[in-house]
Amino acid sequence: MLSSMILGRYIPGNSVVHRMDPRAKIIMTILFMVVVFMANNTVTYLSLILFVLFILVLAKLNPIFVVKGLKIVFVLLIFTFLMHLFLTKGGTVLIDAGWFTIESEGIVKGVFIGIRLVMLVVITTIMTLTTSPISLTDAIEKMAHPLKKFKVPVHEIAMMMSISLRFIPTLMDETDKIIKAQSSRGSTFMTGKVKDRIKALLPIIIPLFVSAFQRAEDMAIAMEVRGYTGGEGRTSFRVLKWTLKDTIGIIVVILFGVLVWWLRT
Amino acid sequence: MISLRDITYKYHNDDAYALNHISIDFKRGSFVSILGHNGSGKSTLVKIIMGILRPTSGDIFIDGKPVDKDNPLELQRRFSIVFQNPDNQFVGATVIDDVAFGLENLGVPHETMVEKVESALKEVGMWEFRNHEPHRLSGGQKQRVAIAGALVTNPDVLIMDEATSMLDPDGRKEVLSILKKIHAERDTTILYITHDLREIEDSDYVFILRKGHVVNEGTVREVYEDTDILVSSNLELPYNIKLSKALCDGAYMSYEEVVQRL
Repeated sequence: MLSSMILGRYIPGNSVVHRMDPRAKIIMTILFMVVVFMANNTVTYLSLILFVLFILVLAKLNPIFVVKGLKIVFVLLIFTFLMHLFLTKGGTVLIDAGWFTIESEGIVKGVFIGIRLVMLVVITTIMTLTTSPISLTDAIEKMAHPLKKFKVPVHEIAMMMSISLRFIPTLMDETDKIIKAQSSRGSTFMTGKVKDRIKALLPIIIPLFVSAFQRAEDMAIAMEVRGYTGGEGRTSFRVLKWTLKDTIGIIVVILFGVLVWWLRT
Repeated sequence: MISLRDITYKYHNDDAYALNHISIDFKRGSFVSILGHNGSGKSTLVKIIMGILRPTSGDIFIDGKPVDKDNPLELQRRFSIVFQNPDNQFVGATVIDDVAFGLENLGVPHETMVEKVESALKEVGMWEFRNHEPHRLSGGQKQRVAIAGALVTNPDVLIMDEATSMLDPDGRKEVLSILKKIHAERDTTILYITHDLREIEDSDYVFILRKGHVVNEGTVREVYEDTDILVSSNLELPYNIKLSKALCDGAYMSYEEVVQRL
């Protein structure tokens, strides 16, 4: 289940989309989200789908793979569809069962909102699938740079983000080890009442916190002896390069937005 | 030449001194080991050398000049350190970022940084792994990256603070052979801190610490000859020592010599 989940994961590759500047990708994603909310009829929704498929092809991602990885989102999708089906009124009455009616407007709205939801999820997933977490952090740091004027510690926040990201797998391994250690001492986590199961989590969480604090302290010393004194006077090893394809990408999304605006009713 | 003169240190809430009048000199380019069991004061000594702790009394001299105790940053530029836990000192998201971290802190321009990182990674044989995340590396590989990250700023002294104690035997071998290579090719002083007698065979000079005192010092051969001190310092004797002691009244023999003798 978890291995096929692709929400928030990064899959290395070498497509045009992979090679784009992460800043451009963030801007394009936000622009596209605006465009998604402009669509309001069949033609516009169809063009949204076509556009997303086009990006999937550019990113060399298999649409079926993406759809499979987003199974968890479909629960939400079905729920919103049913809500619209039963609650949105208008158009011709299709089924009248006395205490509820299903009307054509409900189906149309349900499908449209469903597409809207899928498009939003797919486009953000494409962004995270094609951008490594560290470049996303870099991009956020660069884009938030003006906030420094308002005394926002942009560099420090970005540093914290990248260290947290780096420690996720380490702490996962640690959790695994602690679970095994506690199981071998007779703890049970998978059986019993919900209340008991939550209680059984404590012997996992406490050692995990203790070790995380230990790690944090070690890390602080290691950073300090390597000369870390905060963002002042620091140079950056990673450089983000804005190229022509990034500008083109943003122009394409804007043109697409204009097209959708023109097609909407 | 780096000298520690009469270094004494006492932790606030402790009556006993963690370090008692320690004086140690090491020549540039030498491979010096400091051996000691838990609680012998090894880690305290490292922290003092690195400027994390300030000695209660005593001074550190580099090339005859005393180090300004109020400016530990200066010390940190001269010394690089590799710690025990390979996971807890990996700052970057990937190998190459981690090696660059020290240079970024010093404000080195990007082009120079790229060159230096490449040559440091090649030196420890981790260039092919440059884009790997830390959780995809073995402990030995992580420590090699840490060594590259330590060497990239071109320090006078590379301190290995029990850097192999959390590694499996293969990882330990990897790290030791890299150190041997660095010792042969660079004039960086290596300060190797350990509790394992088997790891000091390549050292030029050895200090043995017990409860904050230097109880013995000398070349590997000299130190090995006085097995009583080793035993009373809670250090476990390696097999070749035990054997040579049994074979010929305590005269030191290296592993090869023992094999030959047998």
